[in-house]
This record gives sequence, C-alpha cells and structure tokens, in this order.
Amino acid sequence: MEWLQVIWFILWGVLWGVYFLLDGYDFGVSMWLPVLGASSEKERTAMYQATGPFWDGNEVWLITAGGVTFAAFPLAYAVLFSSLYTPLLILLFCLIIRGVVFELRFQVEHRYYRLVCDGLGALTSLLAAILLGVAFSNLFRGLPLQYDATLQFSMFQGNILNLLHPYCILGGVLFVLIFLVHGALYLAYRVEGDLKTKSMYMAKLTWPIFLVVFLVYVALTFLWAFKPRLSENFLASPLLFALPALCAVCFILSGYYIYFKGTPGKAFLASAGGIFTLTMTGVMGMFPNLIPSRIDPAGALTISNASSSNHTLTIMLVVAVIMVPTVIIYQIWAHRKMSWPIKADY
Amino acid sequence: MDPIILSRLQFALATIVHFFFVPLTIGLGFFIAIMETRYLRTGNEQFKLQAKFWGKIFLINFVLGVVTGIALEFQFGTNWAIYSKYVGDIFGSLLAIEATLAFFLESTFIAIWAFGWDKIPKKLHCVSIWLVAFASTISALWILLANGFMQNPVGMQEPIVDGVARLGSFTDVLTNTYGWHMYFHTVFGAFLLAGFLVMGVSAWHLYFGQNKEFFHSSFKLGSCFALVFSILTILAGHQLGQVTADKQESKFAALESVWETRPNTPMYLIVLPKFTNEEGNLVEAIPIPGFLSFLAHNNFTSTIKGMKEIDPDKRPLVWPVFISFRLMVTLGCIMFAVAVLTAIFRKIIPSLGWGLWVYVLLIPVPYICLELGWMVTELGRQPWIVYGLLKTADAGSPAVEWYQVLGTFIAMALIYALITVTGFVMMIKTAIKGPDNMAEHYA
Repeated sequence: MEWLQVIWFILWGVLWGVYFLLDGYDFGVSMWLPVLGASSEKERTAMYQATGPFWDGNEVWLITAGGVTFAAFPLAYAVLFSSLYTPLLILLFCLIIRGVVFELRFQVEHRYYRLVCDGLGALTSLLAAILLGVAFSNLFRGLPLQYDATLQFSMFQGNILNLLHPYCILGGVLFVLIFLVHGALYLAYRVEGDLKTKSMYMAKLTWPIFLVVFLVYVALTFLWAFKPRLSENFLASPLLFALPALCAVCFILSGYYIYFKGTPGKAFLASAGGIFTLTMTGVMGMFPNLIPSRIDPAGALTISNASSSNHTLTIMLVVAVIMVPTVIIYQIWAHRKMSWPIKADY
Repeated sequence: MDPIILSRLQFALATIVHFFFVPLTIGLGFFIAIMETRYLRTGNEQFKLQAKFWGKIFLINFVLGVVTGIALEFQFGTNWAIYSKYVGDIFGSLLAIEATLAFFLESTFIAIWAFGWDKIPKKLHCVSIWLVAFASTISALWILLANGFMQNPVGMQEPIVDGVARLGSFTDVLTNTYGWHMYFHTVFGAFLLAGFLVMGVSAWHLYFGQNKEFFHSSFKLGSCFALVFSILTILAGHQLGQVTADKQESKFAALESVWETRPNTPMYLIVLPKFTNEEGNLVEAIPIPGFLSFLAHNNFTSTIKGMKEIDPDKRPLVWPVFISFRLMVTLGCIMFAVAVLTAIFRKIIPSLGWGLWVYVLLIPVPYICLELGWMVTELGRQPWIVYGLLKTADAGSPAVEWYQVLGTFIAMALIYALITVTGFVMMIKTAIKGPDNMAEHYA
C-alpha cells in the first residue's frame, strides 16, 4: 500500500461525494416537478430555470468520477461496470433522457408534449437516484466476486435479483429521500413567491421520513455482519469517526434551519455537507477496498490490486491538484453569478 | 449470439449518433464567438442576433452531444472490461484529464452563455463562448489522443505483462503522431461542417427572401469557413493517410483494396473489392501508374504492402473500409469544389435563385463524410482493438451474457432513434423559423 494509491482512493471518494451533493439537487427538483409544478406552467418553467444552467456541470462530476475510476483503478472500473451491466446501462439511459428533456422541453409549446417531457424527467431522475443508491449499497454490502486465475479477472457470480437485496433497496429509498429534501431546499432557496413556500413545506414534510430511513440504514450498515464490516476501519482508527460525526451535525443543522430558522439557503448548504460526509463515511468504511467481495477475499478490488502504475497516478495527481480546485472555484463563481432569484408568478 | 458482435454494434450505434452532434458544436462554437465579438466591437445589434440565432441550433446539438457522450465512457467498462483493464493505465488517464481540463469548462460556461444574455456583463458573456469553443477543441484533442493509442499504441512499457499496458513515457503518448493527425483532420472537418450548415440554412432563407441581409452576412462567414477548412481538411487527410501507410499497413491496404505487394503501385480509379474478403478484387480499371506509392510516401517507386502479405486473421473486412474511404474522398472533393466556386462567384450568391438549393441539399454531405471517416478509422483498425496488441474479440466483458447486451442494444437503439429524430426536427424547426421573435432560453 502506497500513499499515492491512498490519495487516489480518497480523491475517488471526494469526486463521488461532490457528484452526489451537486447532481442530487437537480435530481430532487426534477422529481418534485409533478408535485410542486402541478398547478401552473409558470411554476414548472421556474423549476427548470433553477436547475437548467447547472445540471450539465453537475453531471461532469459523474463523468470525472467514472473517468478517475477508469484511470486510477482500471481493474475496479472494468469489474464494477461489467458486473453491474444492466443496472448501469439503465442508469445511463435515465441520464440521457433526463438531460435531453432539459433542452428539448422548451422547443415546443404544446401542453401534452411538455407534460410528457416533465413526466419523463421526473421518472428518470427517480430511477437514477434509486439505481445510484442500490449500486452504492451493493458496494457496502460487497459484491459476489470470485477471482478467476486464468482470466486474471474477478467474475461476478450473481444476477440482478441478488443486487436487489432489501438493504440495497433501502439504500435506493434513502438516496431518493436525501435528494428530495436537497432538491426542495435548493428550489426554496432559488425561487420566490408561492413556489418557495410550497417547496419549504415539502422539505419540512420529507425531512422526518428521511431521518427515519437514514437512521435505520446507518444502523444496518454498521451493525449488520457485513464481511468485511464497514465499521472495522472506524474502530481501528477512531479519528475517522469525525466523518460520521460531521455528517450527523450537518443533517441536524439542516433540520434546524428548516424548522426553526426557515432559511432554505443555509439548510441546503448543511444538507450538501451531510451528503458529502455521508459518502465519505461509506467510502472510508470500505478502505482499502474499492469493491469488496462478500464471497471471496481474492475477488475484492483493492487499492493495491486494482490501481494504475505510480507513473500514471503521479501525472494525474499533478493534473488533479491544479484542475480540481480550479474547477471548484469557477463552478462556485458560476453558481453565484447565475443564482438570481427566480419569480414564478409574474 | 456473440456478445462481442452485439457490443460492437452497440458501441458503433453510440459513436455514430454521438458524432452527429459533436462536430457541429466544435465549428459552430467559433462561428458564434466570432459573431459575438463583432457585436462587442461594433455594437451592431445584427451581430448579436446572429450569435443568438446560431446559438439556438448550437445548444440543441450541445445537449445531445453531452448525453450521448456519457454512453461511450460507460461502455468501455460495461462491454469492454478486458480492454479497460488493458488500457486503463494510459487510455483511462487521457479520458480523466479530458473531463477535468475541458468538459467542466465547456459545461459551466455554455450555461453562463445560454442563460446570461443581458444579465451578465457583455464582455464576460463573449468570453464565455470563446471558452466553450476552445474547450471543445481541447476536449477533442484528448479524446483523439486516447483513440490514437488504440490506432498506434505508443508510450507503454514493453513487454506487456498480466494483460495490462503500463505507462512508460507520457510524452510519447502525448506526441503520438497518429493521434495528432487524426485531431487536425477531424477538427478541420468539424469546422467544414459548420461552414456548410451555415451556408445551407442561410441559402434556404435567401431563396425565400427572408431576413436577406442577416443571412447574407451569415453565408459570407460560413463560406469562409467552408473554403479554408475544405482545403485544410483535405491536406490533413492526406497527411493522415501517409501516417496510416507508415503505422497501420493493414488499414492502408484496405483503404485502396491493395492485395499485391509491389513497388510503383498504381491507383485504380475503378475498383470493386470482393464482399467475402477473399484475395484480389473483382474489378480493377483505369490505373494511374505509381500514384498510390506517391500518395503514401511522396515517391512514385516506393513499395506498398498488399493485403496478401498480411495474415488472414489480421486483416480487416476490406469492402466497408474501401467504400467508406472512396465515398468520403469523393464527397470531400465535391465540397471543396463547391467552396471554391462559392468564393469565386461570391458577388452573385444572393441572386442565385434555384441555385441556392444546392447549398440546402449539401447540408447532409459533411455529416456523411464525418461518419464515413470514422468508419474508415475504426473498421480499418479491426480485428484489433489496440492495433497490433489486443484483438477486439479478446477484449469484451467475460461476465456479460449476450442477452444482456441484446436487451440494452435494443433499448439504446429505440432511445437514440427517438432523441436523434426529435433533436434534428427541433434543429430544422429552429433553422426555418429564423431570427425573428426568438424566445429567451427556457421559455
């Protein structure tokens, strides 16, 4: 185990964390469309205007997370993507459809055309959120991977139904609820008037449900006898408990801002912090596995057996150290520049 | 059924559709940036309208290009796991660098441009479109260097152990001649497409007499693009052909369906290859002595390796490569001729009457050429996925069954048919509507 691989493992987690906290809110807003946008076209348009400028930039974090998996841990990328073949291609189709909807919805001013677009956007966002939750829960649980010495490849010994374990489905539900709260808060922060009130109301309504599912999921993840157990790393190096502690603080803060202060902007930031630290908690729990195997220790993909050469990792680290902060800076700048209040009732 | 064949079909579908949308965003981005810069310099609202109108077509393309691009990245892992394992150390890092260097820039600033009209400072708005335009060419460079590694693998450590090509020299990967030549040929072709699309749409409006001044101005810049880049595309294509002759002998033999190895190789104007990939051609007529040798090596007497000298299991299927190549070259020459004639007769273009329809009918031609170019590149590379090192047949995902691929292939075909048709209908609608009463983005 070398420090380069450890850094790339952490960076890998960071990319997923940033991806979820960003795309999470536009997934959320799209999912709310049939509910919050039910009454008027103006409100629906406002909802699209809130996320329209950002969904694409958010999704690039997924492309980068995928690209970094490919580049830093090629074997993990190959095994993960081919093992989860069908669910990942369904996720891909969802991302394609919801992306196209953002642009093509506004090309035609026909009521039913737009309704179909909105429905497709909401449905694919929901399905994508579920799939991401199920996929990550399967990582936490460990995939059924058996090492094949002739192919020098970890073979997936399961089918789609194995992936739909109740724990993993709960993970899918958790992702949906997190994104619903996150999206409602983002929307409440961006829009004015009736829609703001309604969004805040929905955030209030969803938050307790999210909390219950969240607690059950966390309890299951850490107490249930996974092999390897996600809790082991934390017990071994207690400093890591800072991550789940921060996560708890963030989500409690977000609840505090929702219920006692009524400030969606701050609640959104707290929720973003919660999503990020939650992802990092899960990822650090898996360390040094990128993809744990629950049937064969040799089948697991770890930072040692799946990583690229140190040469490649070094070159990419130089690029990442310069570019990732640059991207974060200009994306924050763009968010601030483009986040004018949106009026839904003009 | 063979999952490899299905995976190849699926990847082909994904790349072909992706490439309906990407090249236009490269060329048209610069076109819009030039128009907006003219607006900034002169304050003439006409130029602002130009940028806005062509921007609408650009944006539809952009989104379709983005979403179909993700499909390619996913498929390396899902369908080509052994390939991903093999090349991740080199190819993967190029993709990752592309995303951080170019794709973030494009996606962030295109939003500022699309939503920021009259809301953010004019100069910043103009800078945004320039950033998008440059980012698209940077993006193309990294992608084509990645593809260049598949065509002409350089920079890895030898020998290759455990089915993984480990990075030896990053400089060698970045200076891959094959990748750079593909880059210039492809990007110039993308500008050519933008030129012909702008000329075609403008000609339509000139014919019907709508917004004559507006579209004459677009036409002029479009025809400049067409002239400059039809010449550059042909020159870069010739260079790429020479690199191919040097680095990929089996592809070069397939391009011209050359079977015999000999010096002073003639070029036959009429050739009909055998569809069974058996040796020799059905028809070979009208030779130009030594011309193929000259094209390949600038030397009429040089020797060209014929397909007979290449192991049968290392030969690509000749006829699709040959036909794609011939057709691409023919259509490219037609575009060049039209671009030159347009430049000569530029004074009388607006009053050309029925003649304007030539430009409208030519709109699909650069699209076809770009797709054919990729057919030549990728079919000509077969049976290799990494030329000379790894065969496509050995590069699939061992844990993926044929019925899974069949299912996703059918689903992808349906979804892509739907979004491609919708996308093009929307673009045509936008193009026909013209610059009058353009709605704000998202209204």
